[in-house]
Amino acid sequence: MTEPTLISNAVDASGIKSSPEGEGAQAVYVYEKPVRLWHSLNALVIVALTVTGYLIASPLASVGGEASDHFVMGYVRFLHFAAGYLLAIGLLFRAYWAYAGNEHARQIFMPPLLSREFWHGVGHEILWYTFLVKEPKKYIGHNPLAVLSMHFVFVWGALFMIVTGFALYGEGTGQGSWQHALFSSWVLPLFGDSQNLHSWHHLVMWLIVCFVLIHVYVAVREDKLSRQSMLSTIVTGWRTFKDDKPVDDVH
Amino acid sequence: MNETFYDVMRRQGITRRSFLKFCSLTAASLGLSPAFAPKIAHAMETKPRIPVLWLHGLECTCCSESFIRSGHPLAKDVILSMLSLDYDDTIMAAAGHNAEAIVDEIVEKYKGNYILAVEGNAPLGEDGMYCIIGGKPFVEQLKYAAESCKAIISWGSCASWGCVQAAKPNPTRATPTHKIPGLADKPIIKVPGCPPIAEVMTAVVAYLLTFEKLPTLDRQGRPQMFYSQRIHDKCYRRPHFDAGQFVEHWDDEAARQGHCLYKMGCKGPTTYNACSTMRWNEGVSFPIQSGHGCIGCSEDGFWDKGGFYQRLTDINDFGIEANADTVGGTAATVVGVGIAAHAGLTALNRSKKSGDKQTGAEQQ
Repeated sequence: MTEPTLISNAVDASGIKSSPEGEGAQAVYVYEKPVRLWHSLNALVIVALTVTGYLIASPLASVGGEASDHFVMGYVRFLHFAAGYLLAIGLLFRAYWAYAGNEHARQIFMPPLLSREFWHGVGHEILWYTFLVKEPKKYIGHNPLAVLSMHFVFVWGALFMIVTGFALYGEGTGQGSWQHALFSSWVLPLFGDSQNLHSWHHLVMWLIVCFVLIHVYVAVREDKLSRQSMLSTIVTGWRTFKDDKPVDDVH
Repeated sequence: MNETFYDVMRRQGITRRSFLKFCSLTAASLGLSPAFAPKIAHAMETKPRIPVLWLHGLECTCCSESFIRSGHPLAKDVILSMLSLDYDDTIMAAAGHNAEAIVDEIVEKYKGNYILAVEGNAPLGEDGMYCIIGGKPFVEQLKYAAESCKAIISWGSCASWGCVQAAKPNPTRATPTHKIPGLADKPIIKVPGCPPIAEVMTAVVAYLLTFEKLPTLDRQGRPQMFYSQRIHDKCYRRPHFDAGQFVEHWDDEAARQGHCLYKMGCKGPTTYNACSTMRWNEGVSFPIQSGHGCIGCSEDGFWDKGGFYQRLTDINDFGIEANADTVGGTAATVVGVGIAAHAGLTALNRSKKSGDKQTGAEQQ
């Protein structure tokens, strides 16, 4: 990571600087290392949680022999719980980094819902995805539609899964455990009963699966068609641009 | 009124030795230390009997049937005689006006001192006309008796949650005790189950009489000592669950071997009750032990969630009958197809654009 560090030293006051490749385009350091690490951790953990979660609801084919020789469900559930803890700790850390990190780290936690300009951006982005405008806008951070979906579907979705997940986990650890005291004790009555809670936890898993599908597709598509870099940005942290026109989200 | 439990028992020919045995047994079944046995004995020797009014609304009498089969013979005999069960229209000798007069008598004589046990629930539809007791809607009798009682016991899933008669679309508007509008604000102990376990019922009554206070209740109003753990947590088939050994068909080898019934829709993992520890009929067996999954009869709404034999139950919140996998799987498929179509359109658009550019270049 020496190369970007060198460049970041040379960044001017506006945070915009010539890219390493030159060619007149610009580069901005958007995603700091903790944000990128959180992103890849989430990617791994969400895949693990989805697969193991699905297998908890619909277990693999039975194994034969003595029960004492196997621990299949035990391992599947262990993976699910361990990954769940990682998701929760990751989100806690990320919430802290929204406070400690740069302005881009705050974006998905605090969408500017009262800004008229933001909603214009959302509208324009919808037109872009429905092929009704020829050119997308140019953004250093996320585009407004992405901010909206990441905030409402991902952040709140993950929080929902963490809260309901710990409530379900607390059923096993039992009364007197902190999971039960902090989560199960109020979440179970809120959903009526344990079976409803299981169903909702399962349903929101599918919501997150849909989010991941769209997220990956849109990231690849934007990487090809938008006016800024996408896939390389989440790896290196640097946003590069494909033209010299001014960006649309300078604050 | 001044006769104590002990007096009654002695009058009924129970020896002091049997009485003390009963006290230790009750202490044990309540999960108390042996030090509590003398306390129970002391309470029973000195405290006057508490009268109990046992009302029946819309119900099937399975709670009463369970209660009178309380496993430990001593407990059954003694609890039935120490409880002053003054009114229980199913098992009392009196009938008609004579029987109904007892309700008035208890309410007047023991104001604020009797226990109101409710089996079944009150239908509120058509001003309560779907359940008439002594010529009046049951809901009126319930409200009247609740006005001056000390505490209410909601026996079974009917009184606790509504049960089968409250299943969608609930034509009679059968309503569990705690949701009846205008009911006096009294402490309510829910003892759900269809029916509840006999020993759980007698233990709840014994606790109330001994300590003259409610047992510790959980947030949903159930006694914690019997409803704080799931069937699954103490199920003797749990090792097969952890190993990943499931019954796949009712007639397969795993079913004969007694493997886990999770895939057959067992609701043990989501049901709070004491079946897997106390069991039924003097501890002989319980549903899972006899080879059938738990149907979750002590849980709220168990009757409205689709089949008893599915792991993923129906979600009715959207007004449709589908489980999480059908809803979610359909959504994911729609999104997938949408993405493919969008990608196709995007590619088409781009090739058209580059085609335009090429023809433009050629013309120049």
